[in-house]
Amino acid sequence: MLRYLLRRLVLTIPVLLGVATLVFALIHLVPGDPVQSMLGESASQEEVEQLRHALGLDRPLLVQYQSFLAGLVRGDLGRSFRFGTPVAEEIRSRLFRTIQLALAAMLVALLIAIPLGIVAAVNRGTAVDHAAMTAALVGISMPNFWLGPLLAILFAVHLGWLPVAGTGTIWHLVLPAATLGAALAAILARMTRASLLEELRELYVLAARARGASRVRAIVRHAFRNSLIPVVTIVGLQFGAVLTGTIITETIFAWPGVGRLLIQAINFRDYPLVQGCILFISFTYVMMNLLTDLTYGLLDPRIRYD
Amino acid sequence: MIRAGLLIVLLAIAAALIGPALSPYDPSAQELSRRLEGPTLAHPFGLDELGRDILARILAGARISLLVGLAVVSVSSTMGMLLGSIAGYFGGRVDDVVSRVIDVLMAFPGILLAIALVAVLGPSLTNVVLALSVIGWVGYARLVRGQALRAREFDFVQAARALGAGSGRIILRHVLPTAMPAVVVQATLGMAGAIIAEAALSFLGLGVQPPTPSWGTMLDAGRSHLFDAPHLTIFPGLSIALLVLGFNFLGDGLRDRVDPKLASH
Repeated sequence: MLRYLLRRLVLTIPVLLGVATLVFALIHLVPGDPVQSMLGESASQEEVEQLRHALGLDRPLLVQYQSFLAGLVRGDLGRSFRFGTPVAEEIRSRLFRTIQLALAAMLVALLIAIPLGIVAAVNRGTAVDHAAMTAALVGISMPNFWLGPLLAILFAVHLGWLPVAGTGTIWHLVLPAATLGAALAAILARMTRASLLEELRELYVLAARARGASRVRAIVRHAFRNSLIPVVTIVGLQFGAVLTGTIITETIFAWPGVGRLLIQAINFRDYPLVQGCILFISFTYVMMNLLTDLTYGLLDPRIRYD
Repeated sequence: MIRAGLLIVLLAIAAALIGPALSPYDPSAQELSRRLEGPTLAHPFGLDELGRDILARILAGARISLLVGLAVVSVSSTMGMLLGSIAGYFGGRVDDVVSRVIDVLMAFPGILLAIALVAVLGPSLTNVVLALSVIGWVGYARLVRGQALRAREFDFVQAARALGAGSGRIILRHVLPTAMPAVVVQATLGMAGAIIAEAALSFLGLGVQPPTPSWGTMLDAGRSHLFDAPHLTIFPGLSIALLVLGFNFLGDGLRDRVDPKLASH
């Protein structure tokens, strides 16, 4: 296990380095002069040179790259051009909100998906199954930038039950979490159904029934528990999609997280902040995938790493 | 399911091709005095924030969505098939380089890299296609690489090699055809992905720019009128969801045909 852990960690390093290199290159892909683009056409040459120096863009490319990587190791993502504060601090101050939203969305997804998947699997081939799986496919096809406003129209505008945007109470979290969690719920429902169907064919389920366990008990106590393993893996692997989804969801509901910060940074042409947000989201994604991979073995004792 | 998907997709293509010619309204013609007017018989989907006919704009937007989907799928599948087959067939260093690039690009979740690229290159239709193709080819390359790795050991490939066929010919005539059914499925689902991604980028203000009618841009405009004119949000979103659902139905159905083992699940 330890050897596997070390190997996986070592293999992750070149990926992280590749991601960092690509993000470093971003500012150099800006057509024309990135500094002029940040300051606008009306900026004087002196202002442009000043900012170029402050961002370190007047140094040779290789020196810039080395200093970028060295900063990254220290957790220094540079300074925001718009706010004048360290990028890492801007991200840190919004991190709690993004994690809160992502976790709430995952909870919503599980609460919807697991009962839906079980009902579909137990009633396989019937109208109930078809209805549940069509609902799941509709959920996957429904973009969150449409679902969000629709939920807001229904629950905030027409019914007046929930606030339309902002933060403050637990009620502010409901609409963004439902919007973000819907697609994941659809994927998980399909996965739960497929996984449970697989387990229901196993002999131990038949044995449980032969020993007198009721159908419900055989499903819930025996088959369902084992069918959860791939479902949990998908939850982990889908964390990236949820994280990317926060960009749109936070923008719709004015939720002050890292995703909204990224869009604001793009609008302000605050390239250091854009780079920082992109790096943060992709690094988190890589590490979450690594963690999912490693916990997989803990969940399923049949998996050996040697 | 496959029939329903095909029907939706064909209807959308027909709407995109002949819809704008049939519609009595110009999608950019403004009637400010009637702005935000709800659906009526004359304007079944109502009017937008500048008094433009929403149905006419949806029909024009269908062209953009399908065009972006087609462009992204064509560019990324060609690039992915080319690099994937070369990496899988030749192996060694070439495979190492392609695989490492794939690993790095896969480390960016969803459309994050596309957002990053459009953010620096500037919002435009061309940049959206470019950004989505940069992330799109990876899926095809992985798929084709796996098939090529297997195919190079097949007897008919060995036979072609023994007969003196060059690598290019073997890849084109013998290796790629084995991957084609899976590529077609991936491309169908890829159309759905590209359409949704274009709409998402346009919704965030990073894609197609006004006044060009795009479903994502229309949804973005609707956000400011959730209270007074929800029809601005409902109809463009419904169009995106239906078209994406159509391609997903079609892709799922094709996958079941290509790999019948999956159908039982």
